[in-house]
Amino acid sequence: MAEFVMPQLGADMSAGKLLGWRKKAGDSVKRGDIIADVETDKADIEVEVFTSGVIEKILVQPGERVPVGTPLAIIREEGETEMLSVSPGAQAGRPSAATLPAPAAPVSPPVIPPMAARLHISPAAKAFAADHGIDPASVTGTGPGGRITLEDVQRAVQVKTAQPAAEAGVDRQTRMRQAIAGAMARSKREIPHYYLSTTIDMNRAMAWMAQANLKRPIEDRLVYGVLLLKAVALALRETPELNSAWIEGKAVLSADVHVGVAISLRGGGLVAPALHHTDRQSLDELMKAFRDLVQRARAGSLRSSELSDPTITVTSLGEQGVETVFGIIYPPQVALVGFGKLVERPWSSQGQIVSRPVITATLSADHRVSDGHRGGLFLAAIERKLQEPETL
Amino acid sequence: MTKEKIRETVLRALSQIAPEADLAQIKPHLRIRDQLDIDSMDMLNFMIAIHKELKIEIPETDYPKLLTLDDCTEYLASRQGLEAR
Repeated sequence: MAEFVMPQLGADMSAGKLLGWRKKAGDSVKRGDIIADVETDKADIEVEVFTSGVIEKILVQPGERVPVGTPLAIIREEGETEMLSVSPGAQAGRPSAATLPAPAAPVSPPVIPPMAARLHISPAAKAFAADHGIDPASVTGTGPGGRITLEDVQRAVQVKTAQPAAEAGVDRQTRMRQAIAGAMARSKREIPHYYLSTTIDMNRAMAWMAQANLKRPIEDRLVYGVLLLKAVALALRETPELNSAWIEGKAVLSADVHVGVAISLRGGGLVAPALHHTDRQSLDELMKAFRDLVQRARAGSLRSSELSDPTITVTSLGEQGVETVFGIIYPPQVALVGFGKLVERPWSSQGQIVSRPVITATLSADHRVSDGHRGGLFLAAIERKLQEPETL
Repeated sequence: MTKEKIRETVLRALSQIAPEADLAQIKPHLRIRDQLDIDSMDMLNFMIAIHKELKIEIPETDYPKLLTLDDCTEYLASRQGLEAR
């Protein structure tokens, strides 16, 4: 049996409210299906399932707000036989949480006392829990074998402190600011940032794109932001440590490159969903995916994997007239790339002063994972890729 | 199509991109981008919407001719006249 849990959709999410199920007990599901809708502090999200099988039991009803990691349903995986009762683990793993009034009275599953077992908890997590008055038994472990990690306890603390606001019906905009505040404060508190910047000549890239767009119907035209995203994704292959996550005191390399793109929302605030496999997509594929992502982000219909999968973030503030961006890393990521405004500047080329479109690229990176030398190589790789736009 | 109809079409396209905006407040001689806080992706979607409604393919090199509501109306009216010939 597999548990379908309240997903962690970014470092700024500690709990979510189940808005509704798209499937019911007994329905077949396959990996990638959207089976539930969840409200986070930032947006309403379509949640995908990562197991194929049959929904054995619904554990949480629409209207309930539960912490990240809480089992929402049990899924009988393909080839498994039907269960007779809910597993003790599923019940024991469901922590108490702020429960909003459900539209219909939920059917209570049979209550089975949790196994009296020794808690698997890291020393750092244990100490943090004690400091913040959290009972470790109420925390769902997401580490190997269900081990309770420091991040699990930090989330539980966030839930504890965020609950009054959520319960009081604070509006979405305020909750979004609170969520962003939590993640950014954690980032600045825990991550030793270093910053590098470089100015990139965009003449070739812009000329190449103008030529490419001449041949395209309007729906297929590229925007230069897509070239920047692809250049970042390819440069990460040369400095893979920047495409990592900082987990349990060490850097864990990400197998794939999923660039998170910071998208400002029209009502205020922002989200940074992933463009999956950014390095492997052609510019045409990326452009299509990027357009779709921006439209869905602003319409409030992102998918859970898009919020949980980014391995690095790119933010571009050039449209607002900003020339240089000094970004804050979104944990557990270890790097963020910022792009400023595309501006015409005097530029020295082959002994001549010419006017060129240039852009400032900055890197905010986690010094626990990389050093300035590697960060510099990464920025140089981005610059090099943009001088060969036909290879993107 | 009259200029008035073209203007309505432009405003309808903008309303899809910035649904929260009060388009009655748009100043026709000021840059649309600045008034509605729209970015290059929004601009592309705006051009696509105009193309769908008026069947006019706007080359990228002409984007600077469509900065304000007045610009859009004049440009599209002239393009429509050209394409009708």
